[in-house]
Amino acid sequence: MLQKRKNYLIAYMFLLPWFIGFFGLVVGPMISSLYLSFTQYDLLTAPQWVGAQNYVEMFNDRKFIASVKVTTTFVVIGVPLQLIAALFIAMLLNKGLSGIGFYRTVYYIPSLLGGSVAIALLWKNIFGMNGIFNDFLGIFGIAGRGWVSHPDYAIYTLIALATWQFGSSMVIFLAGLKQIPGELYEAASVDGANPFMKFKAITLPLLSPVILFNLVMVSISSLQVFTSAYIVSEGSGGPANSTLFYTLYLYQKGFSFFEMGYASAMAWLLLIVIALLTAIIFFSSKYWVHYEYGGKS
Amino acid sequence: MAKSFSVKKLIIHVFILSFGLVMLYPVIWMVSSSLKPEYLIFSQPGLWPSEITFDNYINGWNIVRNMTFGVFFQNSFIIATIAVIGNLITCSMAAYAFARMNFPLKRVFFALMLVTIMLPSHVTLVPQYAIFHSFGWIDTFLPLTVPKLLATDAFFIFLMVQFFRGIPKELDESATIDGCGPIQIYYKIILPLASPALLTTAIFTFIWTWDDFFSQLLYLNTVSNFTVPLGLRLFLDSQGQSAWGGLLAMSVLSLLPIMILFFFFQRQIVEGIATTGVKG
Repeated sequence: MLQKRKNYLIAYMFLLPWFIGFFGLVVGPMISSLYLSFTQYDLLTAPQWVGAQNYVEMFNDRKFIASVKVTTTFVVIGVPLQLIAALFIAMLLNKGLSGIGFYRTVYYIPSLLGGSVAIALLWKNIFGMNGIFNDFLGIFGIAGRGWVSHPDYAIYTLIALATWQFGSSMVIFLAGLKQIPGELYEAASVDGANPFMKFKAITLPLLSPVILFNLVMVSISSLQVFTSAYIVSEGSGGPANSTLFYTLYLYQKGFSFFEMGYASAMAWLLLIVIALLTAIIFFSSKYWVHYEYGGKS
Repeated sequence: MAKSFSVKKLIIHVFILSFGLVMLYPVIWMVSSSLKPEYLIFSQPGLWPSEITFDNYINGWNIVRNMTFGVFFQNSFIIATIAVIGNLITCSMAAYAFARMNFPLKRVFFALMLVTIMLPSHVTLVPQYAIFHSFGWIDTFLPLTVPKLLATDAFFIFLMVQFFRGIPKELDESATIDGCGPIQIYYKIILPLASPALLTTAIFTFIWTWDDFFSQLLYLNTVSNFTVPLGLRLFLDSQGQSAWGGLLAMSVLSLLPIMILFFFFQRQIVEGIATTGVKG
């Protein structure tokens, strides 16, 4: 009994750093930010209770609405593009090519580097007035423009940047594709199935758990994009709020305008959206994810 | 039949290779332009520099008065190194308790730990900032390093728990017979055998900390405390054509540590992503 007690003590000792971090930097701050979201708070004076005012204000705040639109556009267009590119290239690489390791490296490098400030700055350059994208268009005689400084196009340069980084999803797809037994495809060929039918009847259902995983992960991280938007717009979210991503606006509100209650309310709304999105994807997965072959098809 | 098959493969090879080149073109252009004289960067579109110079590297390195980019590199390395060491020690300690020991409320704490993996950091942002502010830690490295000494990157705890569970329990048992307590088992048996998981943790902690922009932007204000990402941002303030050369050169340098890491640990990085789904 004494030994058991002693072991509990040792276990808690191993967990001590985590306990301090978990309660002091995660749970405590979470509860506190929920409270702050119902207050007006500027860090230097005590928070003042304002009820649901921050949440109500959001719906009348044009910049907030703009940030929701920008982020939604980014997720709705960017996530499918990323997943389709990743799956397409992964399937090509899975055809038993030689040199697959080399190709995988080539396609993974953008993912490795893409989150950095350096690449965001490079992007700003590429899609600027004198950038290489306009040089490329010039070959076809198309007159370019400053893509990152045009309110209609700036968001698409950022979607392009996100899509460019499909490599890590591709690596995950590739690992999933390797798990699909080759005999299934052979049997389908014997039955006279064409490549499209094989894709629909074998690849998609058997890969669906991996697709689900990638969908959840890429969606959640897309909702929180910050660095590229900050760098390309130099922190403003411009031109005309066209790159005012949700987290960028949250940052501006909290740390440029010191409306920290409002920023906390935005953070909690983001948490709720992420939780709901994850729940919806998982709930709907019953209808399209197959966890073992031989199950429903 | 065999011949048409190989033609098909050739087409795929050509496609994959040329599309891959298009993908890498921006990065290659960045490296090549960083070696061109300033006036050629935008006037000469080709990749091969007709004239090679390191002027951009020299100018970029000295962009800030009385300081060099070396300061930013040093700061980034200090923060990343502490983050790596912190995550290795504290995440493995927590993972060991979860994977190998029994204690009251273990299941509850484990579930709570898993939940925190998916938590967007913004939801703790303002109170964390207030805490660090009250400690007088703003504009120091502490808000960026101390959380790593407190196992707040729950993802790595989870990764290590998974790995520790795969280590045969018999090893612990025979060590217990030999008179080892849980602490010795942790550092004599579990840690040495878990080196692949530790390596994955170290690599990804380094890459994420090196690339981290948001929290460094938030907590560091003085130029002498700036890290590499913040140093690069300085080029935005001194815009105009004249700064692009130095910017491209410093951008290349900033990516170098990650590229070197990737070069040496490619297999671990790719496997880490494939098996755990960690975002690279």
